[in-house]
Amino acid sequence: MQKKDSKKKSKGGLKDADLIAMYRFMVLTREFEMRVAQIYSQKGLPELPHSCIGEEAIGVGSCYGLRKDDYVLPSLRGRSVILTKGVSPSILMAGIYGKVTGPSKGKWTAHHMGDFENGILAGSLIIGSQFPIAVGAGLAFKVKKTDQVCLCYFGDGASNRGDFHEGLNLAAILKLPVIFICENNLYAIDMHVERSMLIKDIALRAQGYGMPGKTIDGNDVLKVYHTVQEAVERARRGEGPTLIECKTYRLRPHCERYQEDRPKEELEYWWGQCPLKRFKECLFHRKILDNTKKQQIEAEVKEEMNRAVKFAEESPFPQPEEIFEDVYTHGVIKEGRLCVR
Amino acid sequence: MREITFREAIREALIEEMERDPTVFILGESVAERGGVYQVTKGILDRFGKDRIIEMPISESGFVGAGVGAALLGTRPVVDLMFDDFLPLAMDHIVNHAAKMRYMYGGKASVPMVIRTFFGAGGSWGCSHSQSLEAWFVHCPGLKVVMPSTPADAKGLLKSAIRDDDPVLFFEHRLLYAMQGEIPEGEYTIPLGQADVKRKGRDVTVVATAMMVYKALEASVELSKEDIEIEVIDPRSLVPLDCETLMDSVKKTGRLLIVHEACKTGGIGGEIAAIAAKEAFGYLDAPIERIGAPDIPVPFSPPLENYYLPKKEDIVATVRRMLS
Repeated sequence: MQKKDSKKKSKGGLKDADLIAMYRFMVLTREFEMRVAQIYSQKGLPELPHSCIGEEAIGVGSCYGLRKDDYVLPSLRGRSVILTKGVSPSILMAGIYGKVTGPSKGKWTAHHMGDFENGILAGSLIIGSQFPIAVGAGLAFKVKKTDQVCLCYFGDGASNRGDFHEGLNLAAILKLPVIFICENNLYAIDMHVERSMLIKDIALRAQGYGMPGKTIDGNDVLKVYHTVQEAVERARRGEGPTLIECKTYRLRPHCERYQEDRPKEELEYWWGQCPLKRFKECLFHRKILDNTKKQQIEAEVKEEMNRAVKFAEESPFPQPEEIFEDVYTHGVIKEGRLCVR
Repeated sequence: MREITFREAIREALIEEMERDPTVFILGESVAERGGVYQVTKGILDRFGKDRIIEMPISESGFVGAGVGAALLGTRPVVDLMFDDFLPLAMDHIVNHAAKMRYMYGGKASVPMVIRTFFGAGGSWGCSHSQSLEAWFVHCPGLKVVMPSTPADAKGLLKSAIRDDDPVLFFEHRLLYAMQGEIPEGEYTIPLGQADVKRKGRDVTVVATAMMVYKALEASVELSKEDIEIEVIDPRSLVPLDCETLMDSVKKTGRLLIVHEACKTGGIGGEIAAIAAKEAFGYLDAPIERIGAPDIPVPFSPPLENYYLPKKEDIVATVRRMLS
């Protein structure tokens, strides 16, 4: 999402209208995820939701200010990334329902959707496989001599995969415009990060590749924005990749329906750190937001989400015979196999 | 007609396509200064510079995955993977990404990437440097699989593979690199999915790939002395597979033998046999036969490796049996 053209300037190049727009994206993501969880528990959905509630600041802060032609490769908890990058909630919701109006016409789950118009690369559900693909995006920008960047998102668990090592090292030696954004929410499903690695900060791993590594408060949307923008500018100048570790916490289970036993006190602490609540307080304090404006935004978002759910529910499913389309660019699948004659 | 080696044919295809399209570039280990293990890419660095032939560290998963990402965003990477035994290291990016991206984007993406890789036994390279793994990829929808046997085919097929908008696995038998062959003058391509009849015959259809095409041709000379004329067909691409040319021949000869260097169980031979058993059932005068390596790792010591590999004598004996 590109920045607003409002006259009222705030610190760091963000105007008041930008801050309100960012707040709106956070409210939208929260409302979107709450609706999905609610519909899922009431009547089920084809997609098993992996909610990003509690982590919204990372997607909003990192994508706000990107250009439309910049790319992102979200993690499995990427709804705030996808919405902030400009995908319509209706299309995204239709994807979750498996409808033909969704991003892939029902061929692939929407929480790993790809969309060239909005600069989103599809993920594959193979945790930690995204690093080399994002490096390839950076390589394409280099070969085509553009100044685009690619943001690659991943969790603490993914940083233990071999592809993390291969991908970050390649990006570093080739000086590619890729920003690696770790959403460290402390858990890889059930495994606490203290059990999966012996270092305190994942950003330390950047040293092993000779790239800058930063650990920041991932629930502070403005901190995320400024840190990512700095890395983006560096990448556009041709100075290479950066690893940014955002400390955060998911306020829902790994996925809906998943029984878990994280400590109650831990959850309570992190509800106190809720990024939406903190940003609201910050904007109230700076007198950019008041109750009237807040309620107006919430009402607009609710209305937008009503339209999205209605669109998804009323959209048709794809036809069964459409399974044969979109496998190869030419030829047809005949008798179950590719035929080019 | 000119005569050039298989190696030179591949190199010519790469150079012509790199000249034609600035988005074509090469990625791989030891490809630039050294020109690859078998000097296939020798001279390309001087001609195109280091931004078009990019040297990679030992990170097969990393750079095959990078090839997928680069292909998604409008370039045409040709990934040089050296030994096909390295394919397992990059399997996630080939099977879960390259093959499926178009589907995952609902048809709005394509992955115009070629993975060139050499394969095959015969030089005591040992069991993790000698395999024939093509059938693994035939079993993965979304990929195309090419396996040429002559310099002319290699050049024309590689040019088509680079221009193809889908991911292509391009298997080159390493013992073919030094082989000479006639090559057409000027620009030409060979479409994927067209088998080539390497020798016409009336008695038995022998479908063979890569080195086995030559074993079959050697066998044909011997069998010819006994007035047995085999028809040797090279499918050239396994996906897409030119079933029509293969089945037309089987319907004519009434007998089918498939020969590949890969081990027999789960090999492409079984698939071709199953297709023939259905499509040409009424025409068959003998059971369909297959020749492939046994289901064991490729052995190291020369006499062991020689014993392991399918040979001309196996083809001669099998054909005689099919006609007896």
